[in-house]
Amino acid sequence: MKKQKQLSVSAIENGTVIDHIPAHSLFNVINILGLDNYTNQITFGTNLDSKLLGKKAIVKIADKYFENADINKISLVAPSAKLNIIKGYEVVEKKEVELPQMVEGIIRCVNPKCITNNDRVKQKFTIESKEEVSLRCHYCEKITDQGHFEFV
Amino acid sequence: MKSKSLVSITDFTKEEYIKILDLAEEFEKNPNQKLLEGFVVATLFFEPSTRTRLSFESAINRLGGRVIGFTEAGTSSVSKGETLKDTIMTVANYSDLIVMRNPIEGSARFASEVSRVPIINAGDGANQHPTQTLLDLYSIRKTQGTLNNLNIVMVGDLKYGRTVHSLLMALTHFNPTFTFISPAELRMPMEYKLYLDKLGIKYNEQTDLAEYIKHADIVYMTRVQKERFSDPIEYEKVKNAYILKNKMLDGSKDNMRVLHPLPRVNEINEDVDPNPKAYYFTQALNGVYTRMAIMCYILGLKK
Repeated sequence: MKKQKQLSVSAIENGTVIDHIPAHSLFNVINILGLDNYTNQITFGTNLDSKLLGKKAIVKIADKYFENADINKISLVAPSAKLNIIKGYEVVEKKEVELPQMVEGIIRCVNPKCITNNDRVKQKFTIESKEEVSLRCHYCEKITDQGHFEFV
Repeated sequence: MKSKSLVSITDFTKEEYIKILDLAEEFEKNPNQKLLEGFVVATLFFEPSTRTRLSFESAINRLGGRVIGFTEAGTSSVSKGETLKDTIMTVANYSDLIVMRNPIEGSARFASEVSRVPIINAGDGANQHPTQTLLDLYSIRKTQGTLNNLNIVMVGDLKYGRTVHSLLMALTHFNPTFTFISPAELRMPMEYKLYLDKLGIKYNEQTDLAEYIKHADIVYMTRVQKERFSDPIEYEKVKNAYILKNKMLDGSKDNMRVLHPLPRVNEINEDVDPNPKAYYFTQALNGVYTRMAIMCYILGLKK
């Protein structure tokens, strides 16, 4: 029996495809990008088989192209995500996400005594380790690691 | 353009630290230089600290400056719910420099970003206390004649001790050898040991205080607090193991000095005080000169 190679999510004419999202991170990606506020047509599938991830999710946003700074935020939860830029049903560009130098907002600082948890100050982190996806708080200098990510 | 703030020990370069220590030495020789005449310095202490605050205020007064501020959050609008940003922006209008102690970590970094005058961090929770580190460095240099290649023994609460972490970071510029003496529960955290490994700096961890004093140039004592132990019985077992007694200083090097950030509770026995190697009170005095140097350097009054 021929192995199903087609994705279960239909093609878009123009827009961005975000592939190789770990299935459990799908809704974090949606929240980070604020997709629930979009009026564009969006399709997604989850718990699809993936050689790379076991179970993956895929999101297709029609008529939307992202700035690198915005799309790179999802690398916190989907470091191996792959972007396909679609124009006229064709993949015109493939991109990978990479951890930005600084992360603002998105994640709560793990330290309850940090000023970001005690006053009106937005979270700000530098990348402590790309491999482990750990963040160092710009203010209190403590490290928040991937296992303790809590989304704001 | 606003001058640089001093928030974390890593904010300044090694050269800048040495410059500040040199300035402190000048101030020790001649403390009453009226460099801050006409300046107003705000000391905002959101939690009490007699020693650090009085040290700063003495320094400011000796330099001819004037002090405004508060000594606990309850006497300011913070108790009405005012944000730190509003407090800092308001006080920056009343002063040329702000010295702040605040139990919230990261508060000094944030203050330095919203204030139009420089901020000196006098302690933000368990995070940084850079002026303590500088006065520790000054004390070490003064008593040893150098900061290089010293044998530094750190004793007590090495896990939560903000002063030992900061001093460790500062000393890495000077090729030290460290001995860490603490109860097992309060060992120096892995992140610092890994950092020393990365820099090729030697250290060893021990539990017997008396044994390792002999080789030390500096013995830096810190308090072992009961609150830090998850098991109070464990605390009871070890609480007396890290107390320095005068007898233990027999056989130590002539140049060895005992330092302590103070306040001490019982970890340095009072029988040590008359020993010429007990340096902790002079260390506190050095705080005045060091803070003079820091303030004048930051305000560009001394280069």
